[in-house]
Amino acid sequence: MPGPIQSIERAAAVLRLLASGARQMGVAELARALELPKPTVHGILRTLQLVGFVEQSPDTGKYQLGAALFHIGSSYLDGNELRTRALNWSDSLASRSMESVRIGTLHENQVLVVHHVFRPDNSRQVLEVGALLPSHASALGKVLLADDPVGLTDDEPLKAYTPATITDPDRLGDALEQVRQRGWASDVEELVEGEVSLAAPIRDRRAVTVGAVGISGPVERLCDENKQPRTELVSYVREAARSISRELGAIPW
Amino acid sequence: MNTYIAAIDQGTTSSRCIVFDHGGAIVSVSQKEHRQIFPKPGWVEHDAEEIWANVLDVVHGALQKASLTVHDLAAVGITNQRETTLVWDKATGKPVHNAIVWQDTRTDQLVKELGEQNRFRDKCGLPLATYFSGPKVRWLLDHVDGLRERGERGEVLFGTMDTWLIWKLTGRHVTDVTNASRTMLMNLETLDWDDELVDAIGVPKAMLPEIRSSAEVYGTATGTLEGVPVASALGDQQAALFGQTCYSPGEGKCTYGTGSFLLVNTGDKPVVSENGLLTTVGYKIGDQPAAYALEGAIAVTGALVQWFRDKMGLISSAPEIETLARSVEDNGGAYFVPAFSGLFAPHWRSDARGIIAGLTGYIDKGHIARAVLEATAWQTREVVDAMNADSGVELVALKVDGGMTANNLLMGFLSDVLDVPVVRPIVAETTCLGAAYAAGLAVGYWSDTESLRENWHKAAEWLPTMDARTRDKGYRKWKKAVERTVGWIDEDDNDE
Repeated sequence: MPGPIQSIERAAAVLRLLASGARQMGVAELARALELPKPTVHGILRTLQLVGFVEQSPDTGKYQLGAALFHIGSSYLDGNELRTRALNWSDSLASRSMESVRIGTLHENQVLVVHHVFRPDNSRQVLEVGALLPSHASALGKVLLADDPVGLTDDEPLKAYTPATITDPDRLGDALEQVRQRGWASDVEELVEGEVSLAAPIRDRRAVTVGAVGISGPVERLCDENKQPRTELVSYVREAARSISRELGAIPW
Repeated sequence: MNTYIAAIDQGTTSSRCIVFDHGGAIVSVSQKEHRQIFPKPGWVEHDAEEIWANVLDVVHGALQKASLTVHDLAAVGITNQRETTLVWDKATGKPVHNAIVWQDTRTDQLVKELGEQNRFRDKCGLPLATYFSGPKVRWLLDHVDGLRERGERGEVLFGTMDTWLIWKLTGRHVTDVTNASRTMLMNLETLDWDDELVDAIGVPKAMLPEIRSSAEVYGTATGTLEGVPVASALGDQQAALFGQTCYSPGEGKCTYGTGSFLLVNTGDKPVVSENGLLTTVGYKIGDQPAAYALEGAIAVTGALVQWFRDKMGLISSAPEIETLARSVEDNGGAYFVPAFSGLFAPHWRSDARGIIAGLTGYIDKGHIARAVLEATAWQTREVVDAMNADSGVELVALKVDGGMTANNLLMGFLSDVLDVPVVRPIVAETTCLGAAYAAGLAVGYWSDTESLRENWHKAAEWLPTMDARTRDKGYRKWKKAVERTVGWIDEDDNDE
């Protein structure tokens, strides 16, 4: 039996990259991430485009997964479906933590809020489904970036929202490494002063991160006196993430 | 020691078990679908043995997922698809026929023969319709060999799904007032079987279960739930009303599932509707007086999305309909009236069938997806209008629950067409929660309804943004589409 066919392996790698970020990517970005020459990647993309597995945006010239691929099953998870499957567990998380809950997916380098549960105190709150959050300055975003094979592109500088926002790409890289290791992320006053958010990854049956779930609230409630996230709240967030992952068919752990 | 309450929700398409903690938060969920059996157009049946096996599976599954045993349960409560009718052999426990499901229209002719639509309304609060259990039992008695004689001798037992499960769990043949109020056989004032109704519909009293309150210990379970008190039974919609903590007159909710059901608590007196709503029992806690409710029942809402998924194949999962619907700005002029088994409230027309109106060459699948979702909102508008007319009070906000509340597009549109805020509580699974609450009250796990109210919190709110002109025009078109569904069925359509 012959060995693996290199071009198919490479095509699979291209598809996996495009699938993981839920956003468009250019030839240069793909080539850099795969450590392959640009002409090679371009050839692969043109073939994949021919069979409908990738599509090229007429506006940006960048590539995304094609409709044909969705029909034969892929890691693409509809945001509306994610919300539906997560409903019970995000409700439970809000009940237990007494804080508001958001679920996000990565959308063009930002976090798209696909689900929002109010803080359960019957105060006036506005539904934020559809809102976008900066990925480097939110716990949801850090979770998603940490498991994203490409990470943030260096096209734009990291914007500072507060003095605590991480704006240095190297420091962000270290922070994401920490997120990967401990399995959850926090933003301590990095987006809004006085506000903290905590989040953990939602994974599907192939252990691909398809979203993040988290809580947010004032620093006094979410952190201890040393401004460290309260361990009890972290465990609620991680349990909710595990329950949703299990709902999506991830192997229980 | 931490203890929990388990709720079994025996629904139309699946059975579920949810375990709740003292704060009313979900600890674990297990769910299993059962077969929908369609022997003929308009007929829908379930295999009651399959349902029982599934119930045991989900109870086991829910306990296992949370690493619990039966000893961790303070009680189990039951909520169920209503009206679905079963007759089984008292000695062997075997069903004599598949269960006839609430959507089934085989009793159409029988219902016509029973007389004028409102003949029994004063006594049982219901119009004569294929929907209710009484005519379904009568059909079984007429069509299963020797069943009437065996019924008269008390050798076979009638029950809705609550009764079937309680009988399987404890060996007791009982039902609760909410389920009994859907048979057309119970008198709303006495809360007992009514001789005149029982005679007129033709069901032997010997086969009827004893009617009990919604929250009391009916018995102790044997088998999988060995030793756990079975402590509540409520029809699914009444359970949702209870789970939404609608304990005062005027409080109500709408649950979005296979069908949708708006129920408003009317206090300790039954109110007869003049606008096509049903009068029903909301709940009865132990020895306390019963709370009554007015109900607007819509047969097909979530079922239309399932139909769109399974029969049209344009989406692979129900939530994807939102994605498809968002691919267009509006319905493009298309209206979908899903009168698949006639129209329920407020029309009650069994001769209606579904249509898509307003089709032009411009309409694509996105517009149809919009029309599918909008059908749920417009049907809600119709029952809210009827509720406002019956009560003389305008609705100021709508409490919603059920699976479809995960659909943001629909909830936003619903708020638009009702022109009131739409509010979802923190536990969308109010049906199970209500059964758990009632069971917990029966065994003293929760002290009173006030302590349950404290568990109710707003999880999401949608506010209206549509201008009055757009809303009025849309409603006008919807009504025109509804007019075009009625009278479709002819006499000879029921022939073989």
